[in-house]
Amino acid sequence: MSGNRFNAYQNHGVGIGLRIPHYEHIFARKPVVDWFEVISENYMIDAGRPLATLDQILDRYRVVQHGVSMYFGSVTAPDPEHLRRLKQLTRRTKTPWLSDHLCWGSVDGTYTHDLLPLPYTWEAVHRTVERVRMVQDYLEIPVAVENVSSYAAFTASEMTEWEFLTEVVERADCGILLDVNNIYVSAMNHEFDPMQYVNAVPAHRVAQIHIAGHSKYEKYILDTHDHPVIDPVWDLYARAIERCGPTPTLLEWDDHIPSFDEVHAEALKANRYLQREAPQLVEAAS
Amino acid sequence: MNLEAMQRAMAAAVMQPLTASEGMRAHAPDGRAMTEIAASFIAPNSRLTAFERLEIYNRQYWFRVLGALAEDFPALCAVVGSARFEKLSVAYLTAHPSRSFTLRNLGSKLADWLVRHSEFAGRRHALAVDVARIEWAFVEAFDSAERPPLSLPQIAALDASSRLALQPHLQLMALQYPADNLVLSLHDREKRQASEAGVEHEEEAATPVKLPRLRRRPTWLAAHRVEYSVYYRRLEQEEFLMLTALHRGGSLGQAIEDAFAQSAIPVERRAARVQAWFANWAELGWICAAESVSSSSQALSS
Repeated sequence: MSGNRFNAYQNHGVGIGLRIPHYEHIFARKPVVDWFEVISENYMIDAGRPLATLDQILDRYRVVQHGVSMYFGSVTAPDPEHLRRLKQLTRRTKTPWLSDHLCWGSVDGTYTHDLLPLPYTWEAVHRTVERVRMVQDYLEIPVAVENVSSYAAFTASEMTEWEFLTEVVERADCGILLDVNNIYVSAMNHEFDPMQYVNAVPAHRVAQIHIAGHSKYEKYILDTHDHPVIDPVWDLYARAIERCGPTPTLLEWDDHIPSFDEVHAEALKANRYLQREAPQLVEAAS
Repeated sequence: MNLEAMQRAMAAAVMQPLTASEGMRAHAPDGRAMTEIAASFIAPNSRLTAFERLEIYNRQYWFRVLGALAEDFPALCAVVGSARFEKLSVAYLTAHPSRSFTLRNLGSKLADWLVRHSEFAGRRHALAVDVARIEWAFVEAFDSAERPPLSLPQIAALDASSRLALQPHLQLMALQYPADNLVLSLHDREKRQASEAGVEHEEEAATPVKLPRLRRRPTWLAAHRVEYSVYYRRLEQEEFLMLTALHRGGSLGQAIEDAFAQSAIPVERRAARVQAWFANWAELGWICAAESVSSSSQALSS
């Protein structure tokens, strides 16, 4: 598989998140990177240095947008200004697909700026599907929803998280941004088998994969994006690639950010698994 | 509990201020036990109670929003001290939680809120308000829109009935202190500390930093962007009043009248002054045509 309709049939290879501490290195050294993921909200502004920097990146690299505040599962309608600015940015970046999280985070116009988990209920399925469809229709590009890390489960839940994800993406006819680190974090916090989750995901809808590190506390694991990827997460990644085929892969590192080379090297470890599945595609992507 | 009720209940819980030891409070504002509220929609696991699981989100919320606000107001934090700044931030964010999809707008009401809450700034209250205004103006000037400015020939063709607009990234402030240099030096200090990676430096001062002596003096300030950098420029009072009047949509003639209504500048010198200001504004690209005035983020604050 070299891509699917949820990632516009793109074989992007292995990318990293574009982060401010790396700007200097990127502009001075112009490293070879398959692609960068940018946080949409950082560039949904009118003018100024952030947009100028983004334009410089766009001149040289492939960019995919990833959002953190669409809140597909929020019951109150999205802010029209948010949608307008997001669409404007997609025109600028020409992102082949756009991702955001399968979660909620705002209610009655007040924002928590967190990725809050949804109860896995039919009501939540219907609400979320409606919103994903609306956003996808408005933006006119493929949308992928990302499974989030969670620390709480709901008494109202009627299905597993992977069943919920499957119901949403099938009914909304959208893609999946499969975050294998989030699966691991949630599995540890909710005591389920993470491999069962990876095995249940509708593989043909996986547009992109996220890998990341996390922090372990005494009673729970927190999705902090501040460590290298641990082996059990690489195992989940290997299985996901086995099921989905080579898929655009992105390493997230958001806190205690090390040097560009260190982050990039960590991301490129993904090639071990991609090579195994389709060496010719990895070569083509690079 | 349906989805809407659950989201309202959970949002209220996660946005409730933490205890002094950074835990979730035992009771909601209406007196109900948080253990009961958490258990009404959250399931426990073998290691964590419903209360503890909800508490993770409560802590994350506050760590995130307090961190974001502190990033935009480092000079205010230095002026009032980090301990007082945290109390001030919690009170402000409780009164004005985010109403925007972006954390960029989190501090948009802070200066106006602080005017009414002197208890969070002590004897430096008026200075703290000015510093908050200057720091918010920086945020606005940094990434607000830029419109094509009027050219010199276009400006030369204006008459008393002309209506104009100001560059959207231009922010005008009427202050009680000449606090711009103080803010700049505190920002430099902050940058130096941030760049001294691995080098030991004093932790954030819980008490206010020692400030250079600053005398209260009415000050009129503009924050604006040139290329991609934000600059501050002191204005004469009349210049400030004229820009303010133009921004409010008054005609050029009316703006000149407003500017000099209480002015001590001799009448015979006023025309030359207006000409000099316009030459300066034109050079800085501050004057735009009125017809496509947006209701953008441009602010006049005092």
